[in-house]
Order: sequence, then structure tokens, then C-alpha cells
Amino acid sequence: MTDIKTVDARGLSCPQPVILARHALNQGAFPVQVVVDTGTSRDNVTRMAQSLGYRVSVAAQGDQFVLTITKE
Amino acid sequence: MFRAEDYPNLLVGLAQADDAAVYRITDDVALVHTLDFFTPIVDDPYQFGAIAAANALSDVYAMGGEVLLALNVCAFPADMDSKIISRILQGGAEKVREAGGILAGGHTIDDPEPKYGLSVIGRVHPNRVLTKAGAQPGDALVLTKPLGAGIITTAFKGGAAEIAHLERAAETMAMLNRRAAQVMQQVGVHAATDITGFGLLGHSSEMAALSHIELRFHFSRLPFLDGAVRYAREWLFPAGANRNQEYFRCGVTFAPEIPAEMQLLLFTPETSGGLLIALPAERLSDFLTRCAEAGQPAWHIGEVAPGSGIVVFP
Repeated sequence: MTDIKTVDARGLSCPQPVILARHALNQGAFPVQVVVDTGTSRDNVTRMAQSLGYRVSVAAQGDQFVLTITKE
Repeated sequence: MFRAEDYPNLLVGLAQADDAAVYRITDDVALVHTLDFFTPIVDDPYQFGAIAAANALSDVYAMGGEVLLALNVCAFPADMDSKIISRILQGGAEKVREAGGILAGGHTIDDPEPKYGLSVIGRVHPNRVLTKAGAQPGDALVLTKPLGAGIITTAFKGGAAEIAHLERAAETMAMLNRRAAQVMQQVGVHAATDITGFGLLGHSSEMAALSHIELRFHFSRLPFLDGAVRYAREWLFPAGANRNQEYFRCGVTFAPEIPAEMQLLLFTPETSGGLLIALPAERLSDFLTRCAEAGQPAWHIGEVAPGSGIVVFP
């Protein structure tokens, strides 16, 4: 079983979730999971990761979203 | 509750959704009344005071007025260092003096989160009030400060911006829109508003709606502060950018070449931004010349066309 790096960005407003997610991506261990609780954070983290060439899949879990970021 | 027809001297009120209220007291004098305050956006207390004051005073300039009087609007924690408070107030007071106005009082309440701003009274000739509603097809559009202060302060708070970028943004935010307002009155323009919390496209949407025209911008002509485009590419937007986009996007058409992050940048809230001015195209070169002579930056960023909404060309 692989360790999945998880960033808990719930309760934070932008740009904090983006900054935390970026920091995790820069560490180079994939996949990275980011948990957010607003649509804005979901969209901005997704866009940031895509702009850097990563693949993002989003799963809604109740009021929150789990973003799984992988290398293409 | 306050019907416009009952108050003929209220030239601009709630119904018009403009930058400030305007009330005629004689045939030659109307008062411009406005208020604005916010939480610290930079760490330096003097600079915060100056920016908050410039931002509040800007609403008078957006109506084409000059500043007469200002009152401090303050909320500070009970245990806040009094030296910091006096630096904030000094920054604000010196800005009011630079504006040619008088700081004449104020009010402070206890609040765990500091806030500062001004209530301002200005004056303008009743026939020379500039609103968002006067833009006409064929007008040129001019902007008097570069864009991007909002994303730079947000990126800096997030620990992701260079200090040099923040310092330049702070200088820009602390700059008065006074000279721009004076040039507007010398040259004669059709409409004006200042670019603040709704971002360029939000405030432009209001001008387009109230003037019943279409605004056209050219992305390549838009001035940005150093760092703004980079932080947009890194997607360091404040949540307000997305809120503005959701609210105003339906009236805005972008050329397909403009990437998503540059679209969102144009919706990003600004603080103490420049004036967006619509003026007859034949007066544009006179306007730009006078601005240059006064040391006032100005960029020709687009034009007004018949129709509605906003189009952003490459």
C-alpha cells in the first residue's frame, strides 16, 4: 500500500488551499490528495494543478471535495 | 423608502448605484458624500492608513469632485499598541492633507479586528457631476492606475509574493486619483468610476448597464503591476475573484485566446484602483497629454460601442 500525501485545506479561504497544494506538488511524491470544502477552492486548486500539467480528479464527499492530483 | 422624486436636490442616491451620494445645496455647489473602511491589507500601519484614506477619497474623485472634509472611521482592539494606531491615523491624515481636505474628527469602537477608513465630504458643480451613466458609443476608455494590486496583496498574505511587488502595489494603492479627476474636469468627459472591489470587469459592467452601451477592452493594452500576471498563472486568486466572476460573467465575452486565469484576473477585486473614464474620442489626445504633464499615468484601454455588456479582445 502506498502512502498518499494528503493536504487538508478545509476551512481555509483562497489562496491558502492553492498555496498548500502547490507546496505538496513541489515535493514530488504522487498522487497528492487535497481536501477542500468550497467550490471556489476546488476550482482554483484544480486550475492551478492543470496549469502546471497535472491531472486532477474530483470526488464529492458530502460537503467536501477530495481532489486527487497525479502526473499525466 | 426615499423616492427620488421626493428629493429633487439628491442628484445621485441609492437608486443609481454610483460611487458616492451627491446632494445639491445651491445652483453652484453640490456635496459629494461617501464612506469606506476595511481591514489591514499591508503590514505597515502608516501605509495601511494612507491606502485606506486614498481608497475612501477616491469615491469623491470618481464623481469629478474635490475633497473638503473627512472624518476617521476606526475599529481597534482595546489592547492594540497606541503607537501603531497613531501611525495608521497619521497615514490617513497626511493623505487627506495631500487631497487638499481637512481631517476634522472621527469615531472609534473596540473591535478585535482592526479597521480603518474615512467618511468624506467633497464638492462638485451640480452640472459637472460624473457618474457611471454617461458613456456614449464612440467614446474612448482610459484607465489611470495599473491593475493587479488585489492579487499581489493576496499572494503576499499567502507567503507567495515578492516584497518588491507588494511595495509597488502599495505605492499605487496609496496614490490619490485627484490629478486624474482634475484632468477629467479640464477636458470634459462623459462617465467615470473607480476600480475597487468588483474588479475591472465588475465596475465596467455597472458602467455598461447604467450607460446602456457596450464596453470593449483590448487585453494587450491593459496595464498590470509587476507580478500580477505571474501570480495569476500560479492561481493565487482571492475568493472574491471567483465571486465577482460568478456574479458578472454572463455579460462578459472573451476572445478565445485569453486564457482562463487572465479572465479571472480581470474579475479580481482591486483596492484603491484607478479611474475608468469614458470620454469623446476627439478629446483623447488632449486628455493623455494633460495627464502626462501632470505626472498622472493613463492608458487608453478600449472604446464604447452600441449594445450592452463587455467584450474583451486579445
